[in-house]
Amino acid sequence: MNGVWEWFAWLNQAHGINLPVFYDSYDRQRFFAGLLTTLELSALSVVASVVIGLIGAWLLGTSSIIARRLVHGYVHAFRNTPPLIQLSFLYFAVGNLLPRLEGVGGSSRPLLDGFAWAVITLSLFGGSFNVEIFRSGIEAVPASTIEAAESLGFGRWRLYRHVVLPLALRICLPALSNNLVNLVKTSTLAYAIGVPELLYVSAQVWSDTMNVREMMNLLLVAYVGIVGVLSFGLRRLETALRVPGLGTVGGRI
Amino acid sequence: MNALRVSGRFGVGMMGLLLASVLFGEVQAADGSASLLATMWKWAPLIGQGFLLNILISVVAMTLGTVAGLGLGLGQMSPIWPLRHAAQIVTQFFRNAPWLVLLFYCILLLPYEMRLGGLVVAMPAWIKATVGLALPVMGNVSEIVRGGVQALPPAQWDSAEALAFNRRQTLWMVILPQAIKPMLPPWMNLYAVLIMATPLVSVVGVEEAMTLTRFALSAENRSELLLPMYLALLIAFFAYCYPIARWTARLERRFAVKL
Amino acid sequence: MLDTIAERPAPAAVASARPAAAPAVMLANVRKSFGSTRVLNGVTLSVKRGDVTCVIGPSGSGKSTLLRCINALTPVDAGTVVVEGIAVHDPALDKLALRRRVGMVFQQYNLFPHKTALENVMMAPIHVLQEDREEVEARAVALLTKIRLLDKAHCYPGALSGGQQQRVAIARSLAMRPTIMLFDEVTAALDPVMVKEVLSTIRDLAEEGITCILVTHEMGFAREVADQVCFTDHGIVVEEGPPEMIFTQPEDPRTRDFLGHVTF
Ligand SMILES: Nc1ncnc2c1ncn2[C@@H]1O[C@H](COP(=O)(O)OP(=O)(O)OP(=O)(O)O)[C@@H](O)[C@H]1O
Ligand SMILES: [Mg+2]
Repeated sequence: MNGVWEWFAWLNQAHGINLPVFYDSYDRQRFFAGLLTTLELSALSVVASVVIGLIGAWLLGTSSIIARRLVHGYVHAFRNTPPLIQLSFLYFAVGNLLPRLEGVGGSSRPLLDGFAWAVITLSLFGGSFNVEIFRSGIEAVPASTIEAAESLGFGRWRLYRHVVLPLALRICLPALSNNLVNLVKTSTLAYAIGVPELLYVSAQVWSDTMNVREMMNLLLVAYVGIVGVLSFGLRRLETALRVPGLGTVGGRI
Repeated sequence: MNALRVSGRFGVGMMGLLLASVLFGEVQAADGSASLLATMWKWAPLIGQGFLLNILISVVAMTLGTVAGLGLGLGQMSPIWPLRHAAQIVTQFFRNAPWLVLLFYCILLLPYEMRLGGLVVAMPAWIKATVGLALPVMGNVSEIVRGGVQALPPAQWDSAEALAFNRRQTLWMVILPQAIKPMLPPWMNLYAVLIMATPLVSVVGVEEAMTLTRFALSAENRSELLLPMYLALLIAFFAYCYPIARWTARLERRFAVKL
Repeated sequence: MLDTIAERPAPAAVASARPAAAPAVMLANVRKSFGSTRVLNGVTLSVKRGDVTCVIGPSGSGKSTLLRCINALTPVDAGTVVVEGIAVHDPALDKLALRRRVGMVFQQYNLFPHKTALENVMMAPIHVLQEDREEVEARAVALLTKIRLLDKAHCYPGALSGGQQQRVAIARSLAMRPTIMLFDEVTAALDPVMVKEVLSTIRDLAEEGITCILVTHEMGFAREVADQVCFTDHGIVVEEGPPEMIFTQPEDPRTRDFLGHVTF
């Protein structure tokens, strides 16, 4: 590993391409901590948004009008407002209303830190799209297939578990992948409330070292890499689940 | 009709929420301070102007991104393979890079002024930011164009070829006119994504609605203003985006029936 | 009050008391409307155990609806439907008990596209009846052998021909070991060769003594295999009887008219 770090030091001396995040141990430590934060932020939001999407789509299928109205309200509100303002609203305004935790020596800190609010906002934002995606997937399962299962004696729960959900998942996977990839890209917003994720630490590094160009390029490579790995994994899942003769519904941006 | 009723109910709900938050703030506010409503009213014109800048940025970025994306999308289908591969790589790159990172890239790395021939064009921050937003739009439009064209039955190409159209004529006279309609809903979706990305430019200091709201909040320095001010900003964006979203959904349904 | 009910046995009790004579399926005065369209206007029909009954009639006369009322896919508005002693018209119907006995095959096959042919056949016994997996698999393999599709056991429905899919759909229903099978125009989407495959599969079932009710436009098949033919028009059973009678000397002018328009 040391050889690699030394090569970057040489790159700086010989060619003026300055990437201290590889050869300087302090910058390296904060850069990779930022990378880890971005990965954690993305992973938590992706999982939570899928759970929210499933619950929302399920509630839309229930007979309770109140539940359906609430889900509709949530979906419309989060889909049609800028995520950055959602984040600021939740972090600054709502966070300000929550009780504070008393620390040692009379100091106090907020109940939820920036990282937690970023996860909450991203999950709600991504989840609002997932609700629609899952719902349209469920709706695309043909009524005749459901009837066939009913006439074989499947009850409501087993019908969902073995027929509707497996088909709906396959149908909506492309749209879901698209949305999850977007969610990872949106995680950069956490920068705005000072969560030390990849963009934030990179900005610290470039303002300390004045190597904007190098850091920018590194950052782009890092994000394209993260997004690439996620979309590769999702595409593999799509291929693994693909069955002949089953179409998909179109993806959104 | 139904859409109107739903959005009407929604609007009432949002306004109710706003009023409740204002009332809540009034109760919290210290005695003798100015009323929250009056304070918000004072700032409304300035923030409203900021919001117009959001719209301006979105329109310019959408136009730039669409023109560039159309070229890139056609490049993705070029019979010349180096061009095709280059266009595909560029498209994937701008689709997969986070918007905020591309924005920083343009803000920090574009020059302050550009020479076009003998003309010196100044590049203020908001122009650079607009270019930064146009880049991901370009990548996405390129994909929309490719998807729209490839969704057409291949028989269309064959029959045009049988009628002795050349490739260029086929594309402009047969394929694109048919592909435009199904491309419209995703393109409008993209515009909605773009307008909701415009507050990002506040991070790099452009004085749009979000920047000005934060400015007003720090000038007033009253914590009970946080909730209603941010809520009002959210409602402003909602009022602009929601009708577009409904319209898009309607077009989507209309075109889906035809398939 | 309770005593009087106990003294006069319910129809279901009568049915089980004389199993050989009681009909497998009995419909009396069944009515069904969708909104303002009256689809069934008092259908009365009874099907003997082990018989093959063919339902024929013009398009839109309510044949599919009639079939769907028998396994409660469509709830009836009025009248009684009794299947193997189960009161299907009863709102408190135990659907699972009914559907264990009654299998249904559809015109569009409706296989589960995400499961292979073998899995399609095994799914309901495993998940609905909660039977032992190995036992079910052995039975499914036997069924696929019977319909001559064992070599396609691991194909997905999308990779099978229409006739093959339809036979898998029949095997899927049979895996539940029903005593009654409903077929709704199961050969309508198939070409003549595949029609033969499917009809011969149905003929085998009839020989095993499974009660079959078919909606069909295959008059030749009806004539050859049916024990009873039933002609419906405008939501009522106009005429029923053995095929020789219906096809050669129909009594009702509407039946005559309909048969005059079909080719054999
Ligand atoms: N779910 C429903 N909602 C409304 N109307 C229905 C429904 N199902 C059937 N119908 C109507 O009931 C009538 C009878 O339909 P049914 O499917 O039973 O006819 P059929 O005899 O099977 O015709 P075909 O031979 O064309 O299959 C038709 O007029 C149809 O439009
Ligand atoms: Mg029918």
